[in-house]
Amino acid sequence: MISDWKRSQEMKEIYDVAIIGAGVCGANVARKLSQYELDVVLLEKEIDVSLGTSKANSGIVHGGFHDHISTLKARLELQGALMFDRLHEELDFPFERCGILVAALHEDEMKAIEQLYLQGVENGVIGIEMCSRERMLELEPKLNPDVVGGLYAPSGGILEPYRFVFSLVESARNNGVQVKTEFEVEAAERRGDCWHIRAKGGQEIRARYVVNSAGLHADSVSAAFGAERFTIMPRKGEYYLLDRTTKAKPSRVIFPVPTEVSKGILVIPTVEGTVLIGPTASPAQSKEDFATTREQLEHVLHAARMMVPAISENDVITSFAGLRAAYGSDFYIALSEKVPALVHVAGIQSPGLTASPAIGEYVKDLLKKAGLRLVEKPDWDPCVRKVPRARDADPFALDALVAQDPAYGDIVCRCERVSEAEIVAAIRAGHTTLDGIKYYTRAQMGRCQGGFCTYKIIRILMRETGMRFDQITKRGGDSFVLKGSL
Amino acid sequence: MKQLTFDAVVIGGGAAGMAAALELDARGHSVLILEREDALGGILMQCIHNGFGLIEFNEELTGPEFAQRFEEKVVARNIQVSLRTTVLDIREEEGAKAIYCVSPEQGMMRVQARTIVLAMGCRERNRGNIRIPGTRPAGIYTAGLAQRLVNIEGYIPGKDVVIIGSGDIGLIMARRMSWSGCKVHAVIEILPYPSGLTRNIVQCLNDFGIPLYLSHLVTDIYGNDRVEGIEVTPIESGALMHEKAFKIACDTVLLSVGLVPENELSRNAGIEIQPTTNGPWVDSMLMTTMPGVFACGNVLHVHDLVDYVVEEARRAGANAAAWLSGYRPARELRVKTGQNIRYVLPMRINPERENRLYMRSLVVKNDARLEVRLDGAVVKSRRLAHVQPSEMLSLTLAPEELSAAGRDSTIEIALV
Repeated sequence: MISDWKRSQEMKEIYDVAIIGAGVCGANVARKLSQYELDVVLLEKEIDVSLGTSKANSGIVHGGFHDHISTLKARLELQGALMFDRLHEELDFPFERCGILVAALHEDEMKAIEQLYLQGVENGVIGIEMCSRERMLELEPKLNPDVVGGLYAPSGGILEPYRFVFSLVESARNNGVQVKTEFEVEAAERRGDCWHIRAKGGQEIRARYVVNSAGLHADSVSAAFGAERFTIMPRKGEYYLLDRTTKAKPSRVIFPVPTEVSKGILVIPTVEGTVLIGPTASPAQSKEDFATTREQLEHVLHAARMMVPAISENDVITSFAGLRAAYGSDFYIALSEKVPALVHVAGIQSPGLTASPAIGEYVKDLLKKAGLRLVEKPDWDPCVRKVPRARDADPFALDALVAQDPAYGDIVCRCERVSEAEIVAAIRAGHTTLDGIKYYTRAQMGRCQGGFCTYKIIRILMRETGMRFDQITKRGGDSFVLKGSL
Repeated sequence: MKQLTFDAVVIGGGAAGMAAALELDARGHSVLILEREDALGGILMQCIHNGFGLIEFNEELTGPEFAQRFEEKVVARNIQVSLRTTVLDIREEEGAKAIYCVSPEQGMMRVQARTIVLAMGCRERNRGNIRIPGTRPAGIYTAGLAQRLVNIEGYIPGKDVVIIGSGDIGLIMARRMSWSGCKVHAVIEILPYPSGLTRNIVQCLNDFGIPLYLSHLVTDIYGNDRVEGIEVTPIESGALMHEKAFKIACDTVLLSVGLVPENELSRNAGIEIQPTTNGPWVDSMLMTTMPGVFACGNVLHVHDLVDYVVEEARRAGANAAAWLSGYRPARELRVKTGQNIRYVLPMRINPERENRLYMRSLVVKNDARLEVRLDGAVVKSRRLAHVQPSEMLSLTLAPEELSAAGRDSTIEIALV
């Protein structure tokens, strides 16, 4: 039977630290703090972790040349980018340093390329290179042949952002951090040396220190604590996902020359073999506005084709939108000046994913400054259990896996080649919605978008959890998948 | 890793796979059918409506009944079947074909064969393929998934339904959902004519009073957790009439917007795929560009009727058997698509044998004439009262009709 960590946990009387928001920032802070003798709780309003901005972004480890080292975000980006190789070894999430190209299509864009190059050099980016047209086409033959030159940052990379968050949270949990999902912070009050935090629905927890890493909702969380007043402006980014069979798959991430407002529409070879194009940058109607629009998606296709002409709308398997938690021009990571023992981690837009491991360190230091005592655990375990994947196994390796667990021989998702064993692993790791299983395993993420495997996943979910058919959701809330039975 | 050797391996145990395997077996070759589900029959098993077998058996059967007739023969002939088996790779190794597949019971298997018949069927196009913008709530399913959920799993995916696309599965599901107590509010079709068979429009929509909106496009989907509605925009003279857009409230959207042959395995093996059919290029023997590998059924091109599938599959099986016995066509003529024709199969014909050709029209047309031209000269023609892209056309060419063919002759099929 499933080891249900959600229910089996004993709640603590008073936590040392409560982290609000289980996106990539909250998860990094949680894992960092799990190294110390502390009682830590990670609070998330959704049914699973990583369901906000952290699930719908470009999944890039940036090259460290887009922002100047004098900014906080550039410093944390440069530091964070260097931490990924070790995290990848410890946490078993898909990651690859494939390199980043910035392509100029007109001579007049070369000035901006040169500025980016000089900024990269000043930032200390290793291996950054100004490229001629020939060099660009050698590095990426799929590029538009009209390219006039560009920039190459070999250390840039790609990762699966939700898998990164899942692994961070799993690691934090293995080291004693408690995770409470469906805990939406509504109010907080300081009594003595303790925050009393109340969720919608009336649940309450107490913590001495609080980290506000609530992403899009960091402003309302701050307000709930009576802390600083600021406004997060959601800015939408729309993407198309292309099938792994596309002929347009580049081998490196391709950026256009950036504009004032964004880094532009990218062509990203995802670490799992599909291709992502996007994002747009437009104001969202609200913090729940995840709708894609015809106009913006047309723009994505057009702009991506400028970089890689072979991109075809026939390769599109899905579209989606993510919201950037925009606030000002730099990250806002600081101790509250209005209330005690509260750290804001707000305004984390690009390069937030890249910077996130460094944000974990930075927040730890801020908490220490505010008086949190940090004593290292002697038995901290940095590694998570590796779940082998059927699609990565050669015939002999897969044969050995099936011998140990026959469920590896049952390929549930044919498009992304995901076995039943991996679906079960996702459920046992606490991902009990269709989307949670999708982000953990990639089942339903391929060209048929769940057409063939959804009913199989429903069966496995019911068998493993004891849920009834009418309790199964796409991603919690009222997103019920089935409305009745015969 | 388990090693097996057969004369022929058939990939896919649906109607096409079983029909092909029976022909190979009848000609004395050892055959193994690889099927990924836990039963033979393929997609027929969830098609519990009738209308199957009118040509093949001269009677109306349900999908499972149709499948059963073939399954019984497969069992009676003792043809080997490996269920719950997913093929991962087809490779050429040491002059033979090796099929790598896996099942929970057998683990990895390497099956060596001299010939392979591809019969993997097709998949449904989905929302992303037709790029409908909007939110991504629960309640959006392909019609085939909904059919599986209702007919086999026993669940109702939703109560207030809109169907996008007028493909046959969508029409069948409009009736099925109505029978199950659901309200089907509309079927929305982007084209000016329906994509499904006329008999399904009558029996599944008209009989239930379900409105069919032709020349309408779904331009938005609403709802955050679960679908709440869609926006529909009329198309007039090729332009979207945004001022005439309207909303339909619903909790479920079913998509029936076309089928795509499932050729990822073929593509990875290096087999050439035709852009017009999304299926393999095949010669007069239904052999792909990988010698000894044949294709039939919906993996080759999407058929309207299973009766045509089994007819084609029998030929593929018989050809594979002939190929095993050393038969090679002495010469082949190139087949060209002419006016108003989207595709013709196969891409080569054998002037010394009888040839069965399947084709689809590009246009809707009354009082049309299907012409076969040999180097420009009409050698055969047939009157057709009505043609439309959704109804497949076929014709047979006898050797005597091709007697004038020279070495480099070309056959062209046209609709005038």
